[in-house]
Amino acid sequence: MSATSTAAKHRAQPLSRAEKARLSEGKRAERRLGWLLCAPAAIVMVAVTAYPILYSVWLSLQRYDLKFPDDREFVGLSNYVTVLGNQYWWTAFGVTMLITVVTVVVELVLGMALALVMHRTLVGRGIVRTSALIPYGIVTVVAAFSWRYAWTPGTGYLANLFSDSAPLTERASSLAIIMLAEIWKTTPFMALLLMAGLALVPEDLLKAAAMDGATAWQRFTKVMLPVMKPAILVALLFRTLDAFRVFDNIYVLTAGANETSSVSMLAYNNLIKGLNLGIGSTMSVLIFLTVAIIAFVFVKLFGTAAPGSSEEGRR
Amino acid sequence: MRKTRRTAWRARRVGAAAAALALLGPLAACGGDEGGTPTINLYYAPEQNLQKVVDDCNAEAAGRYRISYQVLPRGADDQRVQMVRRLAAEDDGMDVLGLDITWTQEFASADWILEWTGDNQAQAEQGTLAGPLASAEYQDKLFAAPKNTNVQLLWYRTDLVPQPPSTWDEMIQQSLDLKGQGKPYQVITMGAQYEGLVVLYNTITVSAGGHILDDEGTDVVFDQGAVRGLEILHRFATAGVTSPSFTNSIEDDARLQFQGGNAAFQLNWPFVYPAMQEAAPDLAAKVRWARYPGVDAGTPSKVTIGGYNLAVSRYSKHPQEAFDAALCLRNAEHQKFSAINDGVPPTIESVYADPEMTEAYPMKDTILEELRDPATRPLSPAYQNISTVMSATLSPPASIRPEHTANELRKSIKDALESKGVLP
Repeated sequence: MSATSTAAKHRAQPLSRAEKARLSEGKRAERRLGWLLCAPAAIVMVAVTAYPILYSVWLSLQRYDLKFPDDREFVGLSNYVTVLGNQYWWTAFGVTMLITVVTVVVELVLGMALALVMHRTLVGRGIVRTSALIPYGIVTVVAAFSWRYAWTPGTGYLANLFSDSAPLTERASSLAIIMLAEIWKTTPFMALLLMAGLALVPEDLLKAAAMDGATAWQRFTKVMLPVMKPAILVALLFRTLDAFRVFDNIYVLTAGANETSSVSMLAYNNLIKGLNLGIGSTMSVLIFLTVAIIAFVFVKLFGTAAPGSSEEGRR
Repeated sequence: MRKTRRTAWRARRVGAAAAALALLGPLAACGGDEGGTPTINLYYAPEQNLQKVVDDCNAEAAGRYRISYQVLPRGADDQRVQMVRRLAAEDDGMDVLGLDITWTQEFASADWILEWTGDNQAQAEQGTLAGPLASAEYQDKLFAAPKNTNVQLLWYRTDLVPQPPSTWDEMIQQSLDLKGQGKPYQVITMGAQYEGLVVLYNTITVSAGGHILDDEGTDVVFDQGAVRGLEILHRFATAGVTSPSFTNSIEDDARLQFQGGNAAFQLNWPFVYPAMQEAAPDLAAKVRWARYPGVDAGTPSKVTIGGYNLAVSRYSKHPQEAFDAALCLRNAEHQKFSAINDGVPPTIESVYADPEMTEAYPMKDTILEELRDPATRPLSPAYQNISTVMSATLSPPASIRPEHTANELRKSIKDALESKGVLP
């Protein structure tokens, strides 16, 4: 018994190894073809992203001010010391974090509600979906201008609702308006991503749960949410990365007055207005690193997968 | 079947080519110097009647060049950012640049504008007031031709103030007296966190004999006079004589507050006078002007000048014609035209003596008096950065603590000069 089994094993192993070799040969060829097919895209990506990123890193290690072209020199990490020791940077960082967390959380809740409505609508589904997506279709700067005028005393309908104060001249109310504009603008995007996740929830599963006596809330939290988890995480990741780079709404609404600058605004002010390529690039690199850390945390810790990648591809 | 598809494809290709040509058409027209006449692109802030000056110069040039006026955005920051970005990219589509006087050193240091030499320099300097001329120089070389200048005056209500004050102390005292009598008393000026606040502080400091930078503009001085400037600004902001919206006011807000009738004094640019004559003629009849108040009795004020300079881009394809065009745009005759029609005070002294100026500029003698003994803002390539950190530190003026604020400013201005500063 044992002998035959060992023999079988012995026989089986070389066979399987040969089989594996054959398989992997086919697979290798397939993989090579895959690489060849995506090489052009990868090369273009590297050319348009890697070069600017590396150039920014190189600039951030220099004293390089367009106003003083003769004083250009390599200064190591001293720009990082300057920026990380500066109160304006940390204020902007705090503001950006606050905007990111608040807007993403609110968008998730509202987006989910909107997705459920769009998913469940039976009549006029097209109209409901289209009208829900309108804010996302409007250019951010245009929308920001209409918010600004709405909140300007004298011209704006919203400012007149809330007494005669000028809400865009105070910090707390300015930040609230910036977040409101962000949420109004991107909730439809969140809803769209979540709706794709809702489509993954099998109707049978919900019916079975209902059969077992689960309430609507239980069906939502115990069935729908777990099935939708990958879609939710992807939506959160996209929106967090996007929200962290907030620029246009702030630029139009307050231009960073009253300590409402985001890190992107600060980098713009130092790069474009201050002409200080060294300090400005340092900020850009720091923003890039923060975004990279956020993405890393989402992908590795929460197990977010890129949409479309299979279980196998993730390993 | 195949043939038709091929023809269809060819038709589509022809269509695409036509579309491409249609897209390229305007570009070609843009770069073309038709008929051998070089086009000189003038990039200048919106000025209502500047096109007439341009047309005049084009007629005078008689085919040697043709100036094309490209209107920059209205906001000063937007103007600068547009020019800076294109110059950093070595854009050769810009020839003559209209620079706010505080940008001239920056553009010169960045090597973006050409030095004025020889005959061009002589023409630009001929009869030009010393203050505006200094604003066009960098490291003792001329880099621009002053086109117009500007200076603030003290506007006061003759029905409330019999004798205009000559110092800040006097003005604050007069205002407090009026307040005690229950009459309009406010002193209106610009106090928002922006360039206007830096101009206010600079005027007080230079009038007190203080210095922010050394004469070369390369190092921080921030002497006792500069600290005194902080003290006076702080006292003014806390004496109870300003309007409630002082810390939120820019030029036009100040003008409107004064027209509102609650104020006795206004420190502002000359544009407020014609505007007041139009909007509040009854009030305007009671308003007169005087030299800006000084700091010490017996020492007249030194008032910060504004204005625009014309420079020639290093990347211009026709520099010689660009210099000629700039000189034409700012010659005495055209400065007079712009002064009368667009309200921008001339930089050539003799223009003020012209009889036509009297009607448009009843206050021209006071302007000229201030212009002969003016204050310039720190002449440094890093001025933009210095100004940004200064307005952030000085705002709101009521929270200034003179010695403490002075130390803060010494450090942040030094950082700005060494490209180490972070802009808010």
